[in-house]
Formats: sequence, C-alpha cells, structure tokens
Amino acid sequence: MKKSVISESSEWSFPLLERFDREIANFAHNVYGLDTYANQIEVISSEQMIDAYSSVGLPINYQHWSFGKQFVATEQTYRRGQMGLAYEIVINSDPCIAYLMEENTLPMQALVIAHASYGHNSFFKGNYLFRTWTSADAIIDYLVFARRYIAECEERYGESEVELLLDSCHALMNYGVDRYKRPAPLTLAEEKRRQKEREAYLQSLVNDLWRTLPAVDSVDAVATEARWPEEPQENLLYFIEKNAPLLEPWQREVVRIVRRLGQYFYPQRQTQVMNEGWATFWHYTLMNDLYEAGLVTDGFMMEFLQSHTSVVLQPTFDRPYYNGINPYALGFAMMRDIRRICEEPTEEDRAWFPDIAGGDWLKVLDFAMRNFKDESFIAQYLSPNLMREFRLFAIRDDDQDEHLEVTAIHEEQGYRALRQSLAEQYNLGSREPNIQVFSVDRRGDRSMTLRHYQHNRRPLGESVDEMLRHLRRLWGFGVRLESVDEQGRVSLLGEL
Amino acid sequence: MSHFIDRRLNGKNKSAVNRQRFLKRYKSQLKRSVAEAVNKRSITDMASGERVGIPTRDISEPVFHHGRGGRRDMVHPGNQEFVTGDRIRRPEGGSGGGSGQGQASKDGRGEDDFMFELSREEFMDLLFDDLELPNLVRNQLIGTTEFKSVRAGYSTDGAPSNIDVVRSLKGAIARRTAIGAPLRARVRELEAELEQLLAAEVGEVDVRVRELREEIDRLRTRIAALPFIDTFDLRYQSFTKLPQPQSKAVMLCIMDVSGSMDQVRKNLAKRFFILLYLFLQRNYDKIDVVFIRHHTIAQEVDEQDFFYSRETGGTVVSSALSLAYDILRERYDPTVWNIYAAQASDGDNWDSDSLVCRDVMVEKLMPLMRYFAYVEITPRQHQSLWYAYQEVAGAHRHFAMQEIGGPEDIFPVFRELFKRQEA
Repeated sequence: MKKSVISESSEWSFPLLERFDREIANFAHNVYGLDTYANQIEVISSEQMIDAYSSVGLPINYQHWSFGKQFVATEQTYRRGQMGLAYEIVINSDPCIAYLMEENTLPMQALVIAHASYGHNSFFKGNYLFRTWTSADAIIDYLVFARRYIAECEERYGESEVELLLDSCHALMNYGVDRYKRPAPLTLAEEKRRQKEREAYLQSLVNDLWRTLPAVDSVDAVATEARWPEEPQENLLYFIEKNAPLLEPWQREVVRIVRRLGQYFYPQRQTQVMNEGWATFWHYTLMNDLYEAGLVTDGFMMEFLQSHTSVVLQPTFDRPYYNGINPYALGFAMMRDIRRICEEPTEEDRAWFPDIAGGDWLKVLDFAMRNFKDESFIAQYLSPNLMREFRLFAIRDDDQDEHLEVTAIHEEQGYRALRQSLAEQYNLGSREPNIQVFSVDRRGDRSMTLRHYQHNRRPLGESVDEMLRHLRRLWGFGVRLESVDEQGRVSLLGEL
Repeated sequence: MSHFIDRRLNGKNKSAVNRQRFLKRYKSQLKRSVAEAVNKRSITDMASGERVGIPTRDISEPVFHHGRGGRRDMVHPGNQEFVTGDRIRRPEGGSGGGSGQGQASKDGRGEDDFMFELSREEFMDLLFDDLELPNLVRNQLIGTTEFKSVRAGYSTDGAPSNIDVVRSLKGAIARRTAIGAPLRARVRELEAELEQLLAAEVGEVDVRVRELREEIDRLRTRIAALPFIDTFDLRYQSFTKLPQPQSKAVMLCIMDVSGSMDQVRKNLAKRFFILLYLFLQRNYDKIDVVFIRHHTIAQEVDEQDFFYSRETGGTVVSSALSLAYDILRERYDPTVWNIYAAQASDGDNWDSDSLVCRDVMVEKLMPLMRYFAYVEITPRQHQSLWYAYQEVAGAHRHFAMQEIGGPEDIFPVFRELFKRQEA
C-alpha cells in the first residue's frame, strides 16, 4: 500500500519532524530491530550549535579557557563561511540527546534524525566499548556535578589555580584510562557521597610517601622495594590522583573529573569508523525506505543524496584536499559491503568470509556493531572487494631509507598485509605514544620516572618539555622521561 | 518514543565566560596585537572592533604525540600506477606520504596566527588597559541639567500607573480596622447585655431586647458599609529627580600648522589626538573638543580645517597658548570642567618666543590644567621649545612631554604618557 507523501515543502515544522520521527522509528524498530535509548531531539540555533561545539559536544561542562578558544575558532571560521557547521551533535546519554540546527531544511532534519537518533543512538547502546566505558544514564548528572564542583573550587582556591591544574590534566587526558579494567558506573548521589570520604582517605594513603622514619632493616628493604610501583602504570592520571604527594584533596578530585571525562570519550576515539559508518549506513537505509514507501518526494531524495554523497566522499591520495581516509566513507562502505556479502556473496566472499557469506545481514551487522572496535572491525571485515574499490595501497615511510616503499596494493598477495596495515592505523595503542609510569623514588627525592616505549622507532614529538612541566606540576617533585627503543636501550628524553 | 524540545529561545551565549577566560589568559599577547593594529589602522575607524592574532604555538594545548622519524606504515586510497615494491622519492616538504589521520594537524600548521575578532568594547579595553587619566577629579557641575529618577517613598497622589497595590491595600485594612473598631466594641457591649437579659429569662418581646437587637443590626450594617477600598487609601510610588554630579571634560588640541608640518606629520598628530579623544571618552560622559591651530597667529577652527587645511609660514607657539588661555577663561570654568590639553608640534619656534611660551604655561595655563601632554614629532634635534618646556615639566608634575619619530611610536608614547602611576 502506497502511503501519501508527508510533505512537499522543504520547510520543517515541529509536527512534520514528529511525523518523520514516527516513520523512521517505525522502520528502525519494527523492521530492522534497532535497539535504542529514548530520544530527546532538541532544535537549536546556529549560535547555540557553536556553543555546543566548543564544550566538546557536551551539553554542559565546566568552564575553561580552552573551550573559549575553541569557541572563538569555530565562530570565526563559521562567520567567514570557511566551514559549515556539522549538521548534528549527538550525545551518548540516556535519553540520547541529538541537536538539530534550525537553519536546516526538512530533508536535512530527517537525515539527522535517522543518522543521530537511530544510527548513533543504537551504536551507543549496543557497542561493547560504550557499554563498558560509559554510563549513558549518569553522564549528564556527572557533568552537572563536575561543573558545580569546579566552580566551587574556583571560588575557594582562585580561578587561576584551578586553571593551571586543569591545563595539566587536559594535557594528560588521553592517559587517564584504564585500558583493561572496567570502570565502576557513575551515579551522582554516589559520587557526592563518596567524594567526601575519598578526600580524607586518599590523603591518608599518600602519607606513605611522606614516611620519614628511617627503615631499620634497610638492606633488605632496598632489595625488595627496588622499584615502585611494581608494574608500570599506563593510567598516568589515575596514578597521579592516587599517589601524588602534594596534591590537595580538591585537586585530586579535579584530576579525577578530567580522568572520568577522558574515559567517557575513550570509546569514541576507538570507534570513529564504525560509529560513523553505522550511523551513515542507517540514515542511508532508512531514507531509502521512506522513499520506497512513498513518504517523500523525488526532490527530497535529491537533496538527501546530495548531502549524503558529500559526506561519504573519499578523495584519493593525490587530490589537494586529501586528508587521510574519511571515516564516514570507509565505515559506510564496509557496512554496505557486509550486507552485500550476506545477500549476494561471490566466490571470493565465500572463501574470505565463510561464516557470514549468505547469512542474515541484520544479524551479522548487529554482531559486528556490538563486538568490535575500529581496529578489530577492519581486521575482521575489510573485504578484498572493498580494497579494490578504494584502490588501497600501503606505503612504508622509514627514516633510514631514502625512499618511500609501496609494501602492498589491492591485489591477491597484498590483501592481508593491506588489511593488517589499515587495522593497525586505527589501533589507539600505536597511534598514541606508549608512556607509562616506570618508577617512583620513594626513598630518595620522590621523583617519578616515566618511560616511553618506542614502536617502530617512532620518537616523541616536540611537546616533551611542555608535557614534563605539566607532569611536574601534578606530581610536585622531579619528573624524568626516558625512552626505551625496540632493543630495550634506555635514553633520557628530559628531566624537570 | 522521541521527545522534541525547542531550545532556540534558550540563551545562546553559553560560551561567553569561556571566551572571556580565553581573552584574559592571552591578554599580554592580545595587547601586543592591539597595539600593532592601532598603528596600522586608518584614522577613521580607530574605534571599531578588530581582528587580532595570537601566535598559534602560544596557545596550543600540548599532548604527547609522535614526532617525525621512525618507521610508519600508512594506507592510502586511490592507487593508480603503484605496484608492490615500488620505491618513491620522498615528497618535498611533506611529512612523507602525507600525515595520517590521527596525527594532530595543529602542530603542522606552523607559525600561523590564531586569528579572531574582538568586539569594539574588548578592543578598547585592551587598548587602554592599565592606562589612567592623571589627576582625575569628577567636578560637580552646578546648575546641572542631568537628573536621575530615584525612589522617594510613597505619596498620596500620582499617576495611576504608579499605584502601589500592596501599600494601598494595607492602608485600606488599617482604615477599615480603625473606623470599624468603636462600632465593633459597641456591638460586643450590646451583645453581652442582650445575653444577660436573655439569660435572665426576659422574653423576646421585652422592649429592651428589641431595642438591643435593632441597635446591633444597625451597627452591623454600618460595619458592613465600610468601603473595602477608598481613594483615601491609595498610595503611589513616588519618584524624585536628583541632580547627578556629572563629569565634563574639555580637551584642547593644539597643533602647529606651519610650513614645516607636512601632511605626514599632521597625520601622526591626528592619530595621537584621536587616541586621546577615545581615551577621554571612556572616562568622561561629556567631552568638548577645542581645536586650535597656529602658525604665527593662532585661531580656533573646526575639525576639518584643523587636520586638512594647508597653511604656511613661521611659527609662534605662544600665540596658540594665549588663545587657549582666553578660550578657557571665557568658556570653561576650571571648577566645572576637567581641562586637558595636548599639543603637537615639530618643535620649531621663534627663539625668543620659547621663553614667552614657558611663562604663559607656568603662570597661566598649567594651574588650570588636569594634564598637559606635549608631543614633538621630529626626527631632528630638539630646538628651543623643547628645552623651554623641560623647565615647565620641572615646575609642574602634570605636564608631560614625549617625542614621536614615526607612526610606530605613537601608541608607545601614548601609553607612556598615560600609564598608571604608582601611588
């Protein structure tokens, strides 16, 4: 049965948005079985969008100059027309908050609803990283808590004091995640209650570093306590929060707030391709369903396709505006490719993907969405077909070699190496330098030694000195940074 | 089920605080930019906002990241002619094969400035930050025309729009209580008596009982008839006009327009005057500007003539100072006006006149002045006027003199003249 077109015009109104949302939800929930949080869709103006941008996409955040800088920069480029604003911002919370910009046309609003409120939303709810690392139901409460707490600290200890601390914490934000332990869920009441206890307790813990009585059986002690911490610590902020001798209780709490925010963003950094690919795949599918059901006009589809294609455009490496692989393009292509492998597998697909070729595409996609991150998703699902389509090739850039070398291309012998290489490119572990707390001189000058473990001989960038200053500010005593190369040789990078 | 919310009417300046913090943090860099901008600006738009820049590296937020070097494998799309094992010359300048995803581009952006727009207010704040007007006194203007409405309690008449409802109703209650009190007291008395009579088994037909009942009814009617609100109760919010002490300033611009002052120098002088004007504007509600130009004779002119008409001839500075004194005596009573003066000259003067200038300054003008700033626009050696003025500076603390060589000096000199004095 053909339904009638929802609207001929491209002007949106609230009743029309609600109508679109109903139709999209109908397909998403009833036809495809997407599992989503409830949606909260907010219509905002472009100025508000710039505001939202500058607080790293969060609806509420504490105050810090760096957000002001972001705001100024965004406003500037937007005013000059150098950059359009993103069509949407979506927040991993329950209910899932998505922003629609008032300036957009009706087709764009429908696109955003499908993309954000059903695509991203179901990803947030389903993907294992998000399930593990973020508490969607508590994030807004936690942000409210963080904002109040930091405002309180500013009142009590002065804005500049808090600002310096936040600067240092922000610098280490990416090193504030326990990569292997699941964090405890957040709740506001719990946070507030525990925060007080923590203050007192933490301070007492640190006192170990302050113990000044000489140990009696010092010979044995030095031998057994040769190194502390016993294992290198990858979570720098956590280590500092728990062990930095000079931090005041409120400062520990601020470190903790930044650490928790870093943790909240941690899954997003690891699922860019998947998350965007998933959302793009669904807006594409859902919009086409609307069209096939006769709910939208040809003009609507043209406008939708126009913006969809510009989103998934992948310029080749030799274009002047090439800026790496577009996560939207790669993710979207992979999602579509998985569906194709399920629905119309070729011989090659059957050989490469015996488990999924010819399977139920909804189940396969759902499984992929739930259980992978970018790195493993690419390693698992990037098909030879897609490598040919993208005409991928791998380049080795070695500073001991005068030339760049092409190590693999889209051909039979190259597929596996290419896939491995691309997957590695999305491995957060190799994208960010591996830096860990190696030891603290508890008996001596209380200095902390960090070690950078080199990967492929890649050195640290020029920010080392500045980073040492931040580390020192937090730790309160001397800080050393050493680099360990692949042969295990240790060299000193800096000391402060 | 989705829930739609219209947030468009919510505030949009959520980031204003963060923006202010950003500006505050980079104040010193911004001040430098602003000072540079001032010198580059055309004279007419001195008071608008400005695009300013801060070196990007100053405001970067550091993180640990990989540097160049080592071995990197990158995958790129769009292969045309490469086959496995091809060796390619490293592209010039690039970071070898293009910097990948993930790598922050902000470090690659080089020495570009982070540019953005300041509003007029912000611009002026930064421009005149740390400056202050010396000897600022807010003179009280007698016979002022500026009034401010202030609350002055309540009055019994006024415009209906000023009726204070609460106060009026309070008045009404008080009136009803006051007028009704004796009546109610009488009612209570009569009721007590009535009760006594009835208790004494006197029948309803008793004359006294009937009288009492009538009396009570009559009183009750009178109580009920008290008006709920009466014009007598109305209270109006009352406002009176207070004369406002108002600070007024007059600024004398004195410029040498003799033949030796060419257009370039006049422009320099003009910039200086405009800066001074903008600065005074921030401190005073009302400013009069008097333009006096002089060569051998001085005349008061309007702004256009002051800056653009061409004159030639010799120079007698004292003529301008005398004229200034006459104008002040005639129009600007120093007890009412804050008087500032700025004089720009190339330093030329008739030798014998410089001493006259010194005397006019020390004896007549300086006692009237809040501040007198003299700028000499000359690349050459100082002449007699400079030395004569040095004597003035020795005698009066509110006299300042500086030298301007070129456009780049104007703002520093201005800052020097008006920098905040340590108390």
